[in-house]
Amino acid sequence: MTDKIRFEHVTKIFKVRDTEQGKRALKEFTAVKDLNFSVKDGEFLTLVGPSGCGKSTLLDLLSGLTKPTSGRILLDGKEITGPGLDRGIVFQQYALFPWKTALGNIEFGLEAKGISKKERIELTRYYLSLVGLEGFEDRYPHELSGGMKQRVAIARSLAFNPDVLLMDEPFAALDAQTRETLQSELLRIWEKTKKTIIFITHGIDEAVYLGQRVAVMSTKPGSIKHMIDIPLDSRLNELDIRSHPEFVKARHQIWNLLHGNIYQAASI
Amino acid sequence: MSNTEKVIAVPIERRQQIHFSFHWLQKLVKQTAVIILLLLIWETVPRIGLVDAAFFPAFSDVVKSWWAMLVSGELFAHFTASIVRSLTGFILALLIAIPLGLLIGWYPLAKDLLNPILEIFRNTAALALLPVFMLLLGIGETSKIAIVLFACTWPVLLNTIAAVRNVDPLLIKSARSMNISSFKLFIKVILPASVPTIFTGIRMAGTGAILVLIAAEMVGAKEGLGYLITYSQYNFQIPEMYAGIITIALLGLLINQGLSVLERKFSKWKQPVQ
Repeated sequence: MTDKIRFEHVTKIFKVRDTEQGKRALKEFTAVKDLNFSVKDGEFLTLVGPSGCGKSTLLDLLSGLTKPTSGRILLDGKEITGPGLDRGIVFQQYALFPWKTALGNIEFGLEAKGISKKERIELTRYYLSLVGLEGFEDRYPHELSGGMKQRVAIARSLAFNPDVLLMDEPFAALDAQTRETLQSELLRIWEKTKKTIIFITHGIDEAVYLGQRVAVMSTKPGSIKHMIDIPLDSRLNELDIRSHPEFVKARHQIWNLLHGNIYQAASI
Repeated sequence: MSNTEKVIAVPIERRQQIHFSFHWLQKLVKQTAVIILLLLIWETVPRIGLVDAAFFPAFSDVVKSWWAMLVSGELFAHFTASIVRSLTGFILALLIAIPLGLLIGWYPLAKDLLNPILEIFRNTAALALLPVFMLLLGIGETSKIAIVLFACTWPVLLNTIAAVRNVDPLLIKSARSMNISSFKLFIKVILPASVPTIFTGIRMAGTGAILVLIAAEMVGAKEGLGYLITYSQYNFQIPEMYAGIITIALLGLLINQGLSVLERKFSKWKQPVQ
């Protein structure tokens, strides 16, 4: 497999207000420092880390909404210079347009891509059924539950057929039951569509369950501390994957890394 | 697929229509009970001599003169004059204030340049400027339309600016991530997201339009509902004066209802507040 995404010495520095130095003083804040990693084509990578470790900055950089202060990010060998429809983003708070129906929301990206009306409707229906929401075309977001909204948001991001799906804690606002359902749904969709997925979370279980690899991030400055391979094959065939010895081991290892106990982690 | 998730059922049609007769009647009684009570008090208080009937005629007397004025066409002439003035000023205000507000809200430079002057004008009571308008534009139609225009502009303008500035940044981010142009972002995201807040301004303007117009007509006019009221008062046609007041209330109600219907039509996607 080839590299889909490559981070080369990516650093992002923000200017923030320095309250200690007075009202107008600015100081530099390093959100992420010297990120170096790559993601393979079709890989499911999860990023886990404490709040403030630069997870969302990393995602903004990937989406092209902000530019790195130094270093570069390559997508298929080409540097990312701005947003594009080769990447789809799914946000924690759904970010659906409340004045558009489920259908209209999914159409939005397709319209931006310049696809004809007839084809748009067809694609929209296909992706709605992919996320299990056939028959909900004409519902407005406020008429849908949280889980359904996130399904629509996922369908919207898949519909314009991006190579990479970027997900920023998409299931964090959902209840435990819905979250589990959507996690396995996402795996099923991933297996079906073969997308490269970068999934940000603060849940260790979620990271281990979904990711082929888990990037463990640390804070001050935000950086990737460890890359952990999860040696589980198909999560969907196993009945209680979360009790699998490999799952438990990986979970424990990441827990130790996040809690700063590196020695214990190394001894496993 | 997931049966674990709950489905929120949203009624597409109102089911109440099936057994409407009883509920409808009950609702009507609830909604009109207090009004009917007030009218009954209005009717009896002058009749039993608690107040002077010359200054506060019974409701039935007011209705009688209202009907007489309606039949003679006098009321219609005043009503038309008022509604034409207020609608003209109101619509002109919308045509000016909405595009201008969108511009100011969207471009930081426009905001920096225009904000100080907006702050001054919005805090100037429209009626304080009435003499100025009359001196410059005379007591004809122009000055009245102009003052309505002035009064309606501010609420619409300020709400439009606020609407554009307060669009959920996440929606903008989401749209931007799909690589759409700034123009499309404006048309497809900023504008629709702003509609409800703009409508709040439009409704405020609707109320303001009537208020300012009536005051202007009271000061200097040859027709219109405001003129009718002051004219009747000077000529001691007290029932006619009350008839004029009632007509103004009805006009205000009409405009507000009309705007409500429009608002619902344009923001049907909003979560109903219950």
